[in-house]
Amino acid sequence: MEEFFKLYLDPQLAKTISFLIKIICIVIPVMISVAYLTYFERRVIGFMQSRIGPNRVGYFGLLQPIADAVKLMFKEIILPTKSNNFLFFLAPLLSIAPALAAWAVIPFNSELILADVNAGLLYVLAMTSIAVYGVIIAGWASNSKYAFLGSMRSAAQIVSYEIAMGFTLVGVLMCANSLNLGDIVMAQSGGISQWYCWPLFPLFIIYFISAVAETNRAPFDVAEGESEIVAGFHVEYSGMAFALFFLAEYANMILVSILAVIMFLGGWLSPVGFIPDSIIWLLAKVAFLLFFFLWFRATFPRYRYDQIMRLGWKVFIPLTLVWIIFVGAMMQTDYAEYFH
Amino acid sequence: MAEIKNYTMNFGPQHPAAHGVLRLILELDGEVIQRADPHIGLLHRATEKLAENRTYIQSVPYMDRLDYVSMMMNEHAYVMTIEKMLDLKVPIRAQYIRVLFDEITRLLNHLLWLGCHALDVGAMTVFLYAFREREDLFDCYEAVSGARMHAAYYRPGGVYRDLPDQMPQYQNSRFSRPKEVKEVNKNREGSLLDFIDDFAQRFPNYIDEYETLLTDNRIWKQRTVGIGVVSPERAIELGFTGPMLRGSGIEWDLRKKQPYEVYDKLDFDIPVGVEGDCYDRYLVRMEEMRQSVSLIKQCTKWLRENSGPVMSDNQKYAPPKRQNMKEDMESMIHHFKLFTEGFHLPKGEAYAAVEHPKGEFGIYMVSDGANKPYRLKIRAPGFAHLASLDEMTRGHMISDLVAIIGTQDIVFGEIDR
Repeated sequence: MEEFFKLYLDPQLAKTISFLIKIICIVIPVMISVAYLTYFERRVIGFMQSRIGPNRVGYFGLLQPIADAVKLMFKEIILPTKSNNFLFFLAPLLSIAPALAAWAVIPFNSELILADVNAGLLYVLAMTSIAVYGVIIAGWASNSKYAFLGSMRSAAQIVSYEIAMGFTLVGVLMCANSLNLGDIVMAQSGGISQWYCWPLFPLFIIYFISAVAETNRAPFDVAEGESEIVAGFHVEYSGMAFALFFLAEYANMILVSILAVIMFLGGWLSPVGFIPDSIIWLLAKVAFLLFFFLWFRATFPRYRYDQIMRLGWKVFIPLTLVWIIFVGAMMQTDYAEYFH
Repeated sequence: MAEIKNYTMNFGPQHPAAHGVLRLILELDGEVIQRADPHIGLLHRATEKLAENRTYIQSVPYMDRLDYVSMMMNEHAYVMTIEKMLDLKVPIRAQYIRVLFDEITRLLNHLLWLGCHALDVGAMTVFLYAFREREDLFDCYEAVSGARMHAAYYRPGGVYRDLPDQMPQYQNSRFSRPKEVKEVNKNREGSLLDFIDDFAQRFPNYIDEYETLLTDNRIWKQRTVGIGVVSPERAIELGFTGPMLRGSGIEWDLRKKQPYEVYDKLDFDIPVGVEGDCYDRYLVRMEEMRQSVSLIKQCTKWLRENSGPVMSDNQKYAPPKRQNMKEDMESMIHHFKLFTEGFHLPKGEAYAAVEHPKGEFGIYMVSDGANKPYRLKIRAPGFAHLASLDEMTRGHMISDLVAIIGTQDIVFGEIDR
């Protein structure tokens, strides 16, 4: 694409334009999948709860997300009195921006990647960590006690689960010997038996649970805690400002699922040799993991805030540490090949 | 160093877990509750005062609206008080019908409690499952009284009319396919008793379904075990009744201890808890639902085998048959008097209570011989339970407060009256 633009434009400009087009090519599908994830969620949870879910707007309710988006766009954004206006509007931006920026380093297949950086994994970790500022600022700027409680909870929760998540990634690093997401996937080539979810099984489970906690989804949705602190940090937000939080949450869900797929389930690689590798595999695996998010939400009661902390600090972090040491030790033995 | 002050928070009345219009002033230390101050009265409708200005029969529908999730039980306590003062005998068939509908009402109430409790704790699927079953029970209400909630079915001297022989069926409409309509009508082919029997057959499986989602769920246990513990002694001191008292391990059930209607002829057990925490109260209520199903089965069996009047033949208090009114002057006069002036209660006072799903629901009535009560006092179980909220939540976190409100099964219709 860059070459195509170079024919007509000055090389620097051509580079910028081709990057912008690539960015749009990633952001728009992400946004569409976020919209349809909400639809999917409502339908799936609806069927799990023996009801129908949205089925009136368009065929099978397929236009429902669009109707929702239009509605939210035209709603008034209410500013609470004595709120800090600047921070109040900054917060939703701070939560959506990293949720989208992290997609820059995600490899969709061996060629499709916006920025093939070597420290891709670190970049993703950094981006997902920034998202917590959006939540904290939202709770602080709203000048509401419920929002404040929600942001306190969320801050503590995200910070502690980040650690567990970081440790699980250390396990992956040790196996793949690389921080580049594409290399991590390629290190798992050779069929389903080579995927890291087997040697790193405990880490995979912990990563996935931490991911649920990290994205503030049920049963770890204490920051929203609908029946406790109403909607938590975004209780005062309405209209598009609320929609941004909503988009960020779902974009993060897809992001952490795609990361789980890349690191533990072999990314775009096919599980068996005779079927070619393709981006379809990536999407199918992500959809499979996303289904779990919805399933959890329909099944589990909500954890209490201190119980989440206990689970994070007393169970997950020690377990990941032990498994990292175990993997490290095994790599020195004859079984090392199983861990690469 | 700066002085650390407690955080005062207004919980409700517009709050998803306020169960209506509960308003709490919470004093928080971080997330730990130091003091919870319930403010009531936001749903006060002056039922007691209104009853003083209406004839006895006119107050029956007001009773439905007290605890609006266990409608017929409220009526039951009210008509029982009147019957007690009049020494009015209720036909045995009417007594069985009352017990049948009391237990249906208990299921209605416990299903709502279960759904809301689970929803408060964060499990939302149970809520929708419970409402699926409530739908069938509302159909039973509708079949006997014409109203899905506020039935006004119990009357002094019996019940308004006998059970219908034909269960109402769904009609075809442009929103439903004929095949679906046929499917939902499948268990509505026969009489109401057939429908109830069919429900009683299915319902234990549904309870199992709820239990698979909750009883052994680790998160559910973490959220309820050891939360809101009330010792047996303290439960009595606080005036607890019903599942709240039984959850603390005290075997007290008016259906057994002072049997009314035909409860002494029926076979059922009283489940009691051990620890007195939210989890035990949950288990007690789940078992009560199973016992209710058994009671419903016993009642339908009896009702199939025996027929008879469902209303007292004392026409001073119970309306005469329409047939008689056409031929009999006396009946005509009784009818006219009953529906204009109403009946008079002898001078005196009486208290009657039923084992309401929430506890002891009693009506205390003072009569000065007029056609209206001189004073009516409603003993609402939820009031005593709510009064203990401060004690139960102290030292717990906000999330536990929500679980405790759920376990108390609070309905503001009866508390604010």
